[in-house]
Amino acid sequence: MIVVLRPGFFSTVQDDGRWGYQRLGVQVAGPMDRVSHRLANLIVGNCSSCATLEVTLRGPTLKFEYDTIFVVTGAEFELFLDSVGVAMNTAQVARSGSCLSFGERRSGARSYIGIAGGIDVKPVLGSRSTHVASRMGGVDGRALKTGDRLPVGGDVIRSVRSGPKWEVGAEVAKEGTRVRVILGRDHKRFGLEGVARFESSRYQVKRDSDRMGYRLSGRSLKATSAGFDFSSAVVTGAIQIPPSGQPIILMVDHQTTGGYPSIGHVITADLPIVAQLAPESWIEFEKCDRASALTALIKQERGLMVDQ
Amino acid sequence: MGGWSLSHVGDSAVVLEFEQTLDPLVNARAMAVGGAVRRAGQRGVQDVLEGFCSVTVVFKPLETDLTELISTLQREADVQARAIVGGREIALPVCYGGSFGPDLGAVASFGSCSEQEVIRTHSASVYRVYMLGFMPGFSYMATVDSRIAMPRRVEPRVRVPAGSVGIAGMQTGLYPFEAPGGWQLIGRCPIKVFDIENPNPCLLRVGDSVRFRAITEEEYLQLG
Repeated sequence: MIVVLRPGFFSTVQDDGRWGYQRLGVQVAGPMDRVSHRLANLIVGNCSSCATLEVTLRGPTLKFEYDTIFVVTGAEFELFLDSVGVAMNTAQVARSGSCLSFGERRSGARSYIGIAGGIDVKPVLGSRSTHVASRMGGVDGRALKTGDRLPVGGDVIRSVRSGPKWEVGAEVAKEGTRVRVILGRDHKRFGLEGVARFESSRYQVKRDSDRMGYRLSGRSLKATSAGFDFSSAVVTGAIQIPPSGQPIILMVDHQTTGGYPSIGHVITADLPIVAQLAPESWIEFEKCDRASALTALIKQERGLMVDQ
Repeated sequence: MGGWSLSHVGDSAVVLEFEQTLDPLVNARAMAVGGAVRRAGQRGVQDVLEGFCSVTVVFKPLETDLTELISTLQREADVQARAIVGGREIALPVCYGGSFGPDLGAVASFGSCSEQEVIRTHSASVYRVYMLGFMPGFSYMATVDSRIAMPRRVEPRVRVPAGSVGIAGMQTGLYPFEAPGGWQLIGRCPIKVFDIENPNPCLLRVGDSVRFRAITEEEYLQLG
């Protein structure tokens, strides 16, 4: 077991997500930064579908009740095992009774704690991912609390790897980033001028941004009416424009359906970068086509390949 | 029967859209296409979502043969004659008004009728489940009689209790869990419509025919 001595700001158990039930309205959840989550599993020798702990802005303090191996990936924090500083993105041996604690955050917003064997909470509809709004998965469908005890899977460690370091630390400047967007079929409702305004503006990530969506503030955008107000399916990365004109980027906990027009969609390769933006960072958008989006994703996947 | 269009949604989804209308035939076509894509079980496909008049397929961009997926969608979309697949008939008990339906009075004023007439009208129709979405098990049903088809509240409520039955224009729906929401609340249903312990967690399915049955507060408490 792993005991939660301090929960941190918002720490949740996440695996690859609760796929296949969106038609029943069940949200997918899963890691905000899928690359760092995968890397965490990779480094401790887990299969890619194992559950990790997603840590947000302020890290937890965890006590290991047995000898194990862990790693922390994603947003860059000062890390301590008992009082000794340890490196991120590197497998660490934790002896029974030792404590992992987080110090100062240097860049990014979300870290992933991978533990050999994976966090073994009870799956709900096939997934261990926590979705707080519908109280599903993880520990009682909520973020961690002091005193929680996390079971760990009994899978034998295959081999610990020295993983490639994903450039999240380097790529996510403290201040903000540019991300690539494929314009959606609704973009014409914003007119050429609206699209130009969207592409040339710098937006700020608002404080109430969370796993459901990143709320942005900046120059407002107005869509012409479509005359049809029934909701339809929405996907992660959609940049919705509500009547206020201030964009919202839908993130992994988003509702399955929505009624606002989407000006475009953040490409899959850039979603982990959005996930690492802390509140008050800036974000800018640049147009991209599908071919370039796939090239970017292939490049990202190559970066995750390791020598066996 | 109208045509359809196919569009990309970012790099990881496609959407097939039929004529934008509230029509059981169009909805049945969307359901049939969605079912066919699920049955095809193509590698890389992660989720298939049927809407009122659309089907959205979410996939892993590097693991999916997009040409194959698009040809499945096109082939199925071209099947014009679709029987309206008979859903099941489900009766849902509702205790209307009072603290369970805080907007019943407002809907009555909207329809220039009595609260009793709103209840009679709402429970007289048979509604089709057109879509599930928003939260686990939330059902979008239609068509609400135009006399009581009051639009959403201008200020959504921060907290709508689980079981609440509401109206939003021509749609009526049931909140399985407590959530924020803007629908006009007219009553509450004591039946659990979404149960994660069940492998088929959702009581209602797209295509089902739903009728609401007015019950008293005593019956509500007995059923709850």
